[in-house]
Amino acid sequence: MKPPAFDYLRAETTGDVLDGLAQQGGDARVLAGGQSLMAMLNMRLAKPKLLIDIMRLKELRQIERKGDAIVIGAGVRQADLLAWPQLAETLPLVALALPWVGHMQTRSRGTICGSLAHADPSAEMPLTLVALGGEVLLRSAKRRRRVSAKDFFAGMMLTARADDELIEGISLPLVKGSRVAFREVARRHGDFAIVACAAMRTPTGVRLAVGGVADVPTARDWPVLDGSALDDALNAFAYELGARDDVHATARYRRDLVRLIGRDLIGEVLR
Amino acid sequence: MLQAVTSANPGSGDEPWVGRSIERVEDAALLSGRGRFIDDLGVQPGSLHATILRSPHAHADILSIDVEAAKRWPGVAAVLTGSDVKAVTTSLVVGVKAPVECWPIAMDRVRYVGEPVAVVVATDRACAEDAAELINVDYRPRGAVVDPLGAISTGAPVLHDGFPGNLASDRAFRYGDPDTAFADAPHRFSIDIRYPRNSCTPIETYGVIASHDAGEDAYEVLANFQGPFSIHTVIARALKVPGNRLRLRTPPDSGGSFGVKQGVFPYIVLIAAAARITGRPVKWIEDRLEHLTASVSATNRATTLAAAVAADGKILALDWDQVEDCGAHLRAPEPATLYRMHGNLTGAYDIHNVKIRNRVVVTNKTPTGLNRGFGGPQVYFALERLVQRIAIGLGLDPLDVIKRNLIDAGAFPYRTATGALLDSGNYQEAVALAVEQGRLAALRAKRDEARAQGRLYGIGFTAVVEPSVSNMGYITTVLTAAERRKAGPKNGAQATATVGLDPVGSVTVHVASVPQGQGHRTVLAQVVADVFGLHLKDIRVNTEIDTAKDAWSIASGNYASRFAAAVAGTAKIAAERVAGRLARIAASQLNVEATDIVFARGFVASRHNPENRIAFSRVAALSHWSPGSLPDDAGQTIRETVFWTPPELTPPDEDDRINSSLCHGFIFDFCGVEIDPTTLETRIDRYVTMHDCGTILHPGMVNGQIRGGFTQALGAALLEEYAYAEDGSFLTGTLADYLLPTTTEVPEPEIFHMETPSPFTPLGAKGVGEGNCMSTPVCLANAVADALGVADVTLPLVPARLAGLVRGAEPPPPAGGATAAPARGGDRRLRGEGQASVKGAPEQVWAMLLEPATLQSVIPGCQRVDKITDTHFRADVTLGVGPVSGRYRADVELFDLDPPRAVRLRGGATGALGFGNAEGRITLAPDGNGGTKLTYSYDAAVGGKVASIGGRLLDGATRVIIGQFFTALARKAGGGSAESGGFSLFAVLAKLASLFGGRR
Amino acid sequence: MTRLKADQRHSVRFTLNGRPVEGEAEPRMLLSDFLRHQLGATGTHVGCEHGVCGACTIVVDGMLTRSCLTLAAQVDGCELKTVEGLAPSADRLGVLQQAFRRNHALQCGFCTAGILMSLDHYLATHPAPTEADIRDLLSGHICRCTGYTPIIQAALEAAAQLASSTKETSDA
Repeated sequence: MKPPAFDYLRAETTGDVLDGLAQQGGDARVLAGGQSLMAMLNMRLAKPKLLIDIMRLKELRQIERKGDAIVIGAGVRQADLLAWPQLAETLPLVALALPWVGHMQTRSRGTICGSLAHADPSAEMPLTLVALGGEVLLRSAKRRRRVSAKDFFAGMMLTARADDELIEGISLPLVKGSRVAFREVARRHGDFAIVACAAMRTPTGVRLAVGGVADVPTARDWPVLDGSALDDALNAFAYELGARDDVHATARYRRDLVRLIGRDLIGEVLR
Repeated sequence: MLQAVTSANPGSGDEPWVGRSIERVEDAALLSGRGRFIDDLGVQPGSLHATILRSPHAHADILSIDVEAAKRWPGVAAVLTGSDVKAVTTSLVVGVKAPVECWPIAMDRVRYVGEPVAVVVATDRACAEDAAELINVDYRPRGAVVDPLGAISTGAPVLHDGFPGNLASDRAFRYGDPDTAFADAPHRFSIDIRYPRNSCTPIETYGVIASHDAGEDAYEVLANFQGPFSIHTVIARALKVPGNRLRLRTPPDSGGSFGVKQGVFPYIVLIAAAARITGRPVKWIEDRLEHLTASVSATNRATTLAAAVAADGKILALDWDQVEDCGAHLRAPEPATLYRMHGNLTGAYDIHNVKIRNRVVVTNKTPTGLNRGFGGPQVYFALERLVQRIAIGLGLDPLDVIKRNLIDAGAFPYRTATGALLDSGNYQEAVALAVEQGRLAALRAKRDEARAQGRLYGIGFTAVVEPSVSNMGYITTVLTAAERRKAGPKNGAQATATVGLDPVGSVTVHVASVPQGQGHRTVLAQVVADVFGLHLKDIRVNTEIDTAKDAWSIASGNYASRFAAAVAGTAKIAAERVAGRLARIAASQLNVEATDIVFARGFVASRHNPENRIAFSRVAALSHWSPGSLPDDAGQTIRETVFWTPPELTPPDEDDRINSSLCHGFIFDFCGVEIDPTTLETRIDRYVTMHDCGTILHPGMVNGQIRGGFTQALGAALLEEYAYAEDGSFLTGTLADYLLPTTTEVPEPEIFHMETPSPFTPLGAKGVGEGNCMSTPVCLANAVADALGVADVTLPLVPARLAGLVRGAEPPPPAGGATAAPARGGDRRLRGEGQASVKGAPEQVWAMLLEPATLQSVIPGCQRVDKITDTHFRADVTLGVGPVSGRYRADVELFDLDPPRAVRLRGGATGALGFGNAEGRITLAPDGNGGTKLTYSYDAAVGGKVASIGGRLLDGATRVIIGQFFTALARKAGGGSAESGGFSLFAVLAKLASLFGGRR
Repeated sequence: MTRLKADQRHSVRFTLNGRPVEGEAEPRMLLSDFLRHQLGATGTHVGCEHGVCGACTIVVDGMLTRSCLTLAAQVDGCELKTVEGLAPSADRLGVLQQAFRRNHALQCGFCTAGILMSLDHYLATHPAPTEADIRDLLSGHICRCTGYTPIIQAALEAAAQLASSTKETSDA
């Protein structure tokens, strides 16, 4: 169980990264925290010709407030963000969700953007990005672009990132004063979510985002609902997510959790 | 509640070492990174490294294996396939009488996912893995069977011709008069059990380093094998050498085993063969994926157990029907899992009439072997679930039914109906102590209170007899009495210990016990230090085995919880023999009678006149320096080796009664669990476990064994399962899918003890390491069944499974909205359908479909399509999806052509990550506007490595990609470009490749 | 920018437990293998090579790190701490190690190095952890022998002892 052979490029500037991606395209992979990519390499699921290590780039390690958004660079580790003093105040949903990402020993190395690039439908950071309606900042040698969360996740493990693009960072809108709630059910603490739900109050009502069920984390907005109207809305949403059976849970169980936890969380943020 | 342990050195005035929780001698090295595990030890210069190519199929014929490219890869020394191995070895012996072979590598057929198919030997492991990817194996799949009852049903695929109907053994037993008891009893209760597959999964995997001396045709092997060393005979025979030409050694440290490292032995044969063929030492360290997929598993078992019961809950007879699933090959010592408990099928209960039918079947799963508990979990799950059911059926308290049936305290030693001789115990007292000290009344009150609040709270009970020190003859119970007479008697449990004194009088102890962390060196130092009146640090213990130099026998090794009861006792006997001679020597020097001699505080002294003494080291060294000065009758004191086997372990008798184990501890457990009404997660509120394991040698280690066993049992109860799909795909191939308990799931069990020493063992000790693996799964299941008020629960107690038991009908989907896909169960084939509108008339579309260029254009990365016939194509493709780039060989056929209306496609793809196959039907119909309505349906399956390690996301990815393929095809038909779609199978494989990852 | 070619061995230098070390590695060589087989620091163990079991956990530049999910090339120039660096001297154990021994917090010892590294790192910045804190921290490790509770007990004892000795030092 050893990785296949590849070249290793220790980037010293963002230009190094973009050049590497431009030259090698789909045969290059960006190595950030490595907590998903290295496991895939060890299992020989991935066979890049070139790994581009971006973790020596100081410019990618920033967490910055830009207007009404927080911009998190590609090199920001999950532990860095969790330790950021302004996190709870500016990104309360992220503060709730981040401790569910893996374990302390993986958060210490794993990056926020790496988790998004991996686009696991059960992972917490993609769910959070979708719930908050954030954007992914993509950059190639030729251009820069911003892609909204819902357009970024194209399918299970698929994203809108082109082969020559680096996820330079993400931008998460401030949701000041808004009530948020997060809950996850997994087989054990730290496992991939069977169902993860994030809820937040919106100017027009309430939003529920669900991970672990559909191919991509999915958000739904409703006006303020309660009683049977809320039940019906959650029930319809649960079915629309197209839950599947796997070795850890049944589709029915997932739908049940969407209905039950969704109701709890919505109650929590509307209270 | 630890009772004082009697001094092994009475009269010394010092507190004995035995019975104290002293710090372990092993720990300083282990805590500072100085352990010496197999992969920490260097290898001879020029040693090679092996990797093993494994079957992606559960059942298939091997049509051909092309190893040429792999052999040419730089650094590769050899590539071995079945025929190469066959040339230098012979089949492993099989434990039942049948014309069946058992090889460590597939010969012309694979029978489980993960079965070795080729071994690549190269200068380093990464290089060997590079080369292994270049091997092309052509398989022809066969039908697979994974369910033990399915395997013996009519029409099931047969694994071995020598096991007709997949039945390896079928034996019936009758003890007492069960038929009359069942006929006369007022009540009959019955339960059907499916015990799942799991494993104790040590954190250190298997390791083997082998070399071959061609001049003497002798093998030298270092392996983290755990015994029993009866397997040495199996290995030597397979390697076609006498036992004295197989030198098998074990490393000083081993990273856990729990039975599992018995299963390394087929790899010893395989790697030794590689060493012989290459003429170089070869090293192989199993990786985790290999371990989970193909190392060894506990047996899964289908059991029907019925009881004849009196109105008061007294069990009058049992009727066992056990169907044991040993996986694809019956590997030594199987079917031992089934027979290990044969003497104990009545558990802790006084039941005189027993009827048994034992069947052993083979299925397309990994072969089974030793695992902590070894047959106990399977047996007690049925028996103790049935006891709960009897109580509910009769309106009694389950604890009362347990108490009604316990063997009487005055009955020991007690002969069970099936032949076990239970050595000692007082089960009533143990239960009473546990109920009181474990505060059962408070737990019942808590349950009442919780239930009054509408919470799901339950209590479970279990009483278990824990057998230890296996009779090496129990497995012969699988043979008929006549077959046994022919084969010759097998019985006993030889333990060995050597105590040596060197020329400066320091003491060395060696035993053939092969610990994997149990602290044997510490306990042996305690035992021997007590005999000699020495300090612990004066004793140095070695527990490595070297079969060329050490005293050992077939029972050597670390299994069946035999250390404290058998091995430590044997060391005591050896030390006492030396001490006896030293006493004679000292007596002559001190001018006292030998009976007046005591050993204490480093001296050999007169009991009556302690000042009359001589330093231990001085007496101890005398045999070396001045044998002439020893008294004539003393004999040497340089080294004493003792072999000890208990006379109670006799072979099975003519009526198939077998005393399968020497010692029998007693465990009584109860627990309270609460189940979350939303998630159906089980939380263990309290767990009480009462143990009587005889005399306790080291309380800290005993509790360590209990906690460890409890935790593994908790895993088996709540989390762990080696899951297989109906097609034989293995679904839990990573530690993200085979879920082991972590700190956040494991509470501290409340442990209580009482001690009724075994009269059959030198120290009065019994085994203790396996008991909770037997008692805890069923205790938790009983509590969960109690909490939910359900009659049947199946392990593991997965929340989704419990939800299925207790949740009523699901709210229907909204009218006109999305609906649920049908539940899939074990069927892994994916089905789906869709449609697309295409420009051009059906005739045009049809013509396009039959062109190779079409396939080439919709398969990304397709370099070339070879047209075999007009409707049959082969392609080599390189795919890059996400991080993945791999080569796949594909084969696509079109058939059932009905131009221009319909066609079927069948395709398969194979690569290093596994295989996929799919069948699709495409129909074309005019859409009334000059175009064509294209509808499609498909049926696909993916297997091999991707299914094992990417299972969580497999279905979703497969579905998405297949949809993309047909969309691309439609687009192509419509004249557009195929863009990002991809031919399903390649794309699926590639896609799946990206599915797994730790979290980031 | 440094580009290391796949088929060549390249020099890797870093500080291991306070001492400079150097070896050669192909880009694909895992840090766990580099430590064990190039440098002979076999105290760090390998249990799963996919980042779940925790046996290979070490500290790199103050970060807990799964050495099986790290390339040797990645840590060039870094400061590494492994289990071999825990004891104050070869014949003495540190406070945490002693607590493990006292509490029988290990049996086979295979997973232990990783657990010790997580605790050593954590306790340095969290002098008064709760049981829940320790359980959360150690949920990233798998031990198959002990059932964990002795490990948690040892960690809490060590934390208390370290805190009081720190206090004594600062009082003095």
